[in-house]
Amino acid sequence: MTSRVEDQSIGQIGLWRTSLARLGRNYGLQIGIVGVLVAIWVIFVIGAPRTFLSPSIYAAYMSTIPFFAVMALPLTMVIIAGEIDLSFPSIMAIGTLAYVSTVGATGSIPLAVIACLIAGFLAGLLNGVIVVKLGIPSLVATIGTQFFYRGAVLVLTGGKPASLVSAKGAIIREALVGRIGNYLPAQMIWTIVVAVLVWIFLNRHRFGAHVYLIGDNEESARLMGVNAAWTRMMVFAVVGVAAAFGGILASMEVNYFWVTLGEGYLLRTLAAVFLGGTSVFGGTGTVFGTFIACFIIGAIEAGIVAIGLTGFWTQLIYGLIIVISVALQSLLGRRLA
Amino acid sequence: MDYRLQMNDISKRFGEVQALRDVDFTVGSNEVVGLVGDNGAGKSTLIKIITGYHAPDSGEMYFNGEKTEGLTVARARQLGVETVYQERALADLQTLWRNIFMGREISGRFGFLDVDKMMHETEELMVGSMGFTSSAVAPDSVVRTFSGGEKQGVSIVRALHFQADLIILDEPTMGLALSEVRKLLEFVQGIKEAGKSCIFIDHNIFHVHSVADRIVVLDRGEVAGEFVTADIPLEELMDKMYRVAQTGSLD
Repeated sequence: MTSRVEDQSIGQIGLWRTSLARLGRNYGLQIGIVGVLVAIWVIFVIGAPRTFLSPSIYAAYMSTIPFFAVMALPLTMVIIAGEIDLSFPSIMAIGTLAYVSTVGATGSIPLAVIACLIAGFLAGLLNGVIVVKLGIPSLVATIGTQFFYRGAVLVLTGGKPASLVSAKGAIIREALVGRIGNYLPAQMIWTIVVAVLVWIFLNRHRFGAHVYLIGDNEESARLMGVNAAWTRMMVFAVVGVAAAFGGILASMEVNYFWVTLGEGYLLRTLAAVFLGGTSVFGGTGTVFGTFIACFIIGAIEAGIVAIGLTGFWTQLIYGLIIVISVALQSLLGRRLA
Repeated sequence: MDYRLQMNDISKRFGEVQALRDVDFTVGSNEVVGLVGDNGAGKSTLIKIITGYHAPDSGEMYFNGEKTEGLTVARARQLGVETVYQERALADLQTLWRNIFMGREISGRFGFLDVDKMMHETEELMVGSMGFTSSAVAPDSVVRTFSGGEKQGVSIVRALHFQADLIILDEPTMGLALSEVRKLLEFVQGIKEAGKSCIFIDHNIFHVHSVADRIVVLDRGEVAGEFVTADIPLEELMDKMYRVAQTGSLD
């Protein structure tokens, strides 16, 4: 009788151990990234308690992090699909230019926001078409379109910035970048909406299933009937829409459209995706990881300033984060294989 | 005789290479056809045309008597063609259930996945057909950790799961242990007994001779000959195969 009870409890422990191991295998990266966020937060609270225990710093985070987080989340899908996009900072400017032109032509702000998103979609789709139909590696294709889109904005505007004050007081502006209860930036809500949408499509929809499959083994996926070409083009198009959305959020926030809009976003957005555990080799990655990593990246930027280092350090640190993240992925991958 | 599949005058060229030239090929409605030939004879090209992966340059295809044009992999799978590829066609970094349902995910009208159902069916398949009993393997285990035989098991179970009428096995015994080979040959006999059809490709002529009703010999993109297995002793078949490889002719 006693031995049976013991057997059962040993069995229980064994079961616990295997399910714990499985938990570690499946969610290890996510647990790790949350650990990093908490560790950085603790360091900052100890280092600068007055800054990091006041609510205003968090309001600041939630107003600036969304501008690149809304792009980093869909960009995660591009990286999972085994591709890369370097052109999204220029698409931010393309989208806002479409907004400004539409407001100028029609005076309608809702129409202008739609035009902005469509412009982003088309720019992203063009990336996808070049990569898929012409078979150009996305790294090269999007270096090209990055300059092409930026060049187009410069040529069309003559380099002149434009004011967005006409949107002041409009419901749409309040909905996009207003302050809820005079504290919570609306763009933070949009970031959560984007995160939930991307999570659902990546994890609970055929589209996302195919994104993982083509990034992991395109040949297998195609042999099993996955439409790799369509899936690949769509991930680029989605990032285009997201970049235009990020661009309009950032421009609405400051009521101004700078033709250089987007510069400085490339590094931190990519850093967030790779730090979040998405594999540069394709096939694996999580929305949750990217989401948390966006806040780590944002916190580091504020921390650099708070510690008293110059802005020059941010580039160095973001670059280092990318290199270390992908190096860790490679080492971990080799160990598992 | 009822045909599951009929192909007439199929040709396919890749650049300079004529992979298939005017190939006629049929599979009966309850027949196991062995497809043999040397490397580069065109076996893989032929089956990739049947599965919709490659489009033929010319020729006609009929599934269950109906002419099919512009075949895609997804369409072929709807028509009841499932394939166990030589290269296994698995995605190593993905979970078992995602591999089982690769390209044929269970989803609702708007494409949203029924993950619970797929996990549940994978669980049943693991116990019922794959013979996985280890507690280390679960529907959400990543396939990369599986052994060669286990991976082969996954791709066979996948082909079986979708109630295929025509199962294509491309070099299925490659890299298998002897006991696993035996299980595989029994599995092919099971296809026959279930009233379904099978195309069986193997380098090992003993395996083909032991399970196929009919053997088609491909050589340099053309059909060199066809034999009803019951009419030709193994030794004679081997002689002929040898002669084809040497001279390009059976006699």
